[in-house]
Amino acid sequence: MPILTWPVSEESALVHEQFDDIGQQREAAKLGMWIFLATEVLFFGGLFLSYTVYRFAYGHVFVEASRKLDVVIGGANTAVLLISSLLMAFAVRASKLDQRRMLTGLLLGTALLGCVFMSLKGVEYHKDYVDHLVPRLGFKWEGADPGNAELFYWIYFAMTGLHAIHVTVGIGILLVLALLAWRKTFSNGNHNTVEIAGLYWHFVDIVWCFLFPLLYLVGHR
Amino acid sequence: MEKVVDPKIYFRTAIVLLVLLAATWMIAYIDLGPFNLIAALAIAITKAIVIALFFMHIQGSSRLLHLAAVAGVMWLLILISLTLSDYFTRSWVQ
Repeated sequence: MPILTWPVSEESALVHEQFDDIGQQREAAKLGMWIFLATEVLFFGGLFLSYTVYRFAYGHVFVEASRKLDVVIGGANTAVLLISSLLMAFAVRASKLDQRRMLTGLLLGTALLGCVFMSLKGVEYHKDYVDHLVPRLGFKWEGADPGNAELFYWIYFAMTGLHAIHVTVGIGILLVLALLAWRKTFSNGNHNTVEIAGLYWHFVDIVWCFLFPLLYLVGHR
Repeated sequence: MEKVVDPKIYFRTAIVLLVLLAATWMIAYIDLGPFNLIAALAIAITKAIVIALFFMHIQGSSRLLHLAAVAGVMWLLILISLTLSDYFTRSWVQ
């Protein structure tokens, strides 16, 4: 049996059989990613909600507890993630323009900045441990209301920890994409994967844009 | 080949985001009473909208994607407003 072949344009060769054309396929992938991000909004939303409830209930001790966090590391990390988002946006652009070397370099650069973020986070967590701010692990509180101060750090570690897991997953995705980009997987219009990975990375950046002021800049200093 | 965005737009977006970061950081050191929280949230929401519009290309994408993006935020607002309507009104009943 000869295998059926017919002349196809480069783009229509990428279309999976359930889609009419490449435009519909790309739209479907982006829609799927945005729906996933909506579930992520609610995933983090539960933690933001618990933060809000306790912030209004124990606002004063939350302000005191927030002052012990390292605002310089937190702020630097915000800038690192914003610049990594810029590189990611250019990576998506390079994938659409079919610039393979540029794409691979930008994906590696974005992953590198993700690693810088995680390293700073690690330094900060260690500093928190040395300062006796980690709940259950030698937590000490000199001021009033130690129970609710500890509650603030529970929320802080839960939120930044969940975010750090997302960054780690993102770094993994970026490294795999960089390898695939180098092997020409995304050439000739096959850039859908890079684009939706970009959406994920930007979302992780948005989450940090809320975490930084809410955890590090609570009240005036 | 798909249409791509002018690189200038990405650079401007990044500069706006870094300026907003500096603004939220500085405002935290000025005592504005309850407006510190409002200013911090307003800047964070602005940053999220700027990232969604220009880095995530909501600007220029289809109505369907706009709807999907707004849907997540709508459900979050329902979650927060219903829960807070409980916590904030508990003290009304003695």
